[in-house]
Amino acid sequence: MTIEMLLGAGVLAATLRLATPILFAALGGVITERSGVTNIALEGCMLVGAFFGVFVADKTGSLGVAIAAGVLAGIVLAALHAVAAVTFRADQIVTGMALNILALGLTSYLDYEAYATTGTPSTIPLVPDFVVPGLSQVPFVSDVIGRQNTLVWAAIIATVVLQLYLFRTIPGLRLRAVGEHPRAADTVGVNVYTTRYLAVLASGALAALGGVYLSLGAVGSFSDNMTGGRGFIGLAAMIFGRWTPIGALVASLIFGYGDALSVSLQGVTIGDLRVPVQLLSTIPYVLTILAVAGFVGRSRMPAADGQPYESEGH
Amino acid sequence: MTDAPILEMLGISKRFGDVQALDHVDLVVGQGEIHALVGENGAGKTTLMNILYGLYRTDTGSIRLRGKDARITSPRDAIALGIGMIHQHFMLVPPLTVAENVVLGDERSGPVLDRRAMERRVRELEEKFRIIAEPSARIEDLPLGIQQRVEILKVLYRGSDLLIFDEPTAVLTPQEVDELFEIVRALRAEGKTLILITHKLREVLAVSDRITVLRDGKNAGQLVTKDTTASEIAQAMVGRELEEALGRGTKVREDIVLEIRGLRAKSDRGADAIKGIDLDVRSGEILGIAGVGGNGQSELAQCILGLRKVAGGVIKVGGIDVAHDDPERTRERGVAYVPEDRRIEGLVLPFTVADNFMLGKQEAAPYARFGILDLTFIAREGDRLAREFDVRPPNARAIVGTLSGGNQQKVVLGRELSAEPKLIVANQPTRGLDIAATEYVHRRLIAQRERGCAVLLISSELDEVRALSDRIAVMFEGRVMATLDARTATEQQLGLLMAGHADALPR
Repeated sequence: MTIEMLLGAGVLAATLRLATPILFAALGGVITERSGVTNIALEGCMLVGAFFGVFVADKTGSLGVAIAAGVLAGIVLAALHAVAAVTFRADQIVTGMALNILALGLTSYLDYEAYATTGTPSTIPLVPDFVVPGLSQVPFVSDVIGRQNTLVWAAIIATVVLQLYLFRTIPGLRLRAVGEHPRAADTVGVNVYTTRYLAVLASGALAALGGVYLSLGAVGSFSDNMTGGRGFIGLAAMIFGRWTPIGALVASLIFGYGDALSVSLQGVTIGDLRVPVQLLSTIPYVLTILAVAGFVGRSRMPAADGQPYESEGH
Repeated sequence: MTDAPILEMLGISKRFGDVQALDHVDLVVGQGEIHALVGENGAGKTTLMNILYGLYRTDTGSIRLRGKDARITSPRDAIALGIGMIHQHFMLVPPLTVAENVVLGDERSGPVLDRRAMERRVRELEEKFRIIAEPSARIEDLPLGIQQRVEILKVLYRGSDLLIFDEPTAVLTPQEVDELFEIVRALRAEGKTLILITHKLREVLAVSDRITVLRDGKNAGQLVTKDTTASEIAQAMVGRELEEALGRGTKVREDIVLEIRGLRAKSDRGADAIKGIDLDVRSGEILGIAGVGGNGQSELAQCILGLRKVAGGVIKVGGIDVAHDDPERTRERGVAYVPEDRRIEGLVLPFTVADNFMLGKQEAAPYARFGILDLTFIAREGDRLAREFDVRPPNARAIVGTLSGGNQQKVVLGRELSAEPKLIVANQPTRGLDIAATEYVHRRLIAQRERGCAVLLISSELDEVRALSDRIAVMFEGRVMATLDARTATEQQLGLLMAGHADALPR
């Protein structure tokens, strides 16, 4: 085992790549839960984003339209969740889970119908890498961030924007108030339903962007259930990050690093001992459990998170 | 003071299903006065105010504001017309700051959040009305009295000149009540009009100018405060004369039922909540614990019941040390408990009345045989206790959460007292109850004392402690300052002891 395997540019670059879809889902989780709606359908939003990104890229040949279509698919799925959870006050875990199953079945079916014999075409337009100008001469750094997918940067920018939005703007203040004490917000004229709808739709869009990154950025094709639980891991990153965008970024990087290590340490031995990669890759989840159980400082969810709101009066 | 009325609500009626909540009620409030709207729980006070605030529509009648007809269909209309509501359950967002809560929904800037400008504006408002609350402090770090000021500031910030206070003193300590009344009077001096919804007569007399009494959804009296008395108001509210539920214990015996020596315990946060307490309660005696809430009274009750870990000392019930017993064992020794918050600790709200009567007794005959509940017996016993303890409606199949606070407390009493306990620990047994329900609880506790039971009565209502107790122990910061004979202790003495002045002791 060498330092290269633990902290080499390759491992760090992989960390960023692997953290990105988790981060998108985590950001979606932050905005929806800050408004008081749990959305575990983020996994499904990500999956439909991944599929419709590839599908529309194939049909139209336009990357822009493809990304928009992927995001739109995520928004549509999230809208179903919003209708059930906000308007009809359904159990948010149940509807979220149902939508995940729907997304999995739908994308697998459409994938089979469209590409069963051929597989996803290799000619579709993909999201290009972004070459940071003037960095090619800088050793190490250029290997880590010099050539990352554009959506990796988009995720980081989205983190900063969302952080500022939530904690430095009036609409962000109102959104947080709705997630903590919806009746208080309602009595001073903040529309709880509109706020929650928009937050849920935004969460679907963000998670779907993570899916688009997976299919059109990282892999270049779609395969059944290709998100493989990253939406859920995103929710864990949100909790670990204490419901803040910056925290979610840090948590996603830790999870991404865990993933990257389990790749780079594959088959590596120390003396006679083979590094237990599978065990290493559980570290993020152990950290999550500790975070949720309150061992890593105070981690408190928005007070009205997951609770349907019914306005007063007749 | 009362020139043209600022508000005239005339002939207001409101029906909810089969219930006529309001029946042609009039409320006329003069400009610049403090108007008390009083009545028992369920008399229609809150419904009337919710109509004024736009949460409900009235079925009949009219609302005139400053001489003009007012159409109020939502709280937004009400706010626009200068009506502000200070809710009983504060409408504050705990993790946000004072300033953020005050301006929320009406930020007058943006979209970027300028905290400094926000805090400056709130501070100016505070200076104008002499209401102090640090604008940058988080709500969750503030005591309830200060939180209420923030509620008042919210309303003033929106330019209200007619302020409705819904049961404003329910959650306040006596000192905080005094401070609130100073604020209320200062607001009147600034030309504001205030409507105070309450059922506490002492407060009505202390602060109001005029009084409107509601009973069962109808007008039951319009009084001028300086020309009336507490008993006149109470009679209008209840519709009959009240019995004085007083009289000291006649049968105080020598046998000590509860003996506490050197008790120490920690609070939930790990601070020393009880710092060495000695107490005796005898058979046939009510020992009142007076004190401002949060001075260790609740922890004391929890220690006796085995709900809190005892850090040191002895708690003997009938001569047996129960300090380290669990609640089940303690109860088996004949200890009954009326907890501070009946909705959380006292009852399972989604359960029926009968099931709540049974709680804690469900494991053995006659309630269960071989681990199977005897549903017939439980239903029959539920009906019997519901009648005996005057639960209304007298239906043991009703869900407890749908009952009024007074009837919920009757269910707690029914369960706790029907086992003929040796010791009753009652923590704030009348909090939030109206006059009739309070009277009922008092009568029940006195009946238990006459039966020979020992009662430990914890209450932050000094009047209640003085009326019922044989002896009064005053708690302050985890210690018993003194134990006085209730017949000779003066209110002033007790008040000073509650504030921690040991030199108030009679020599």
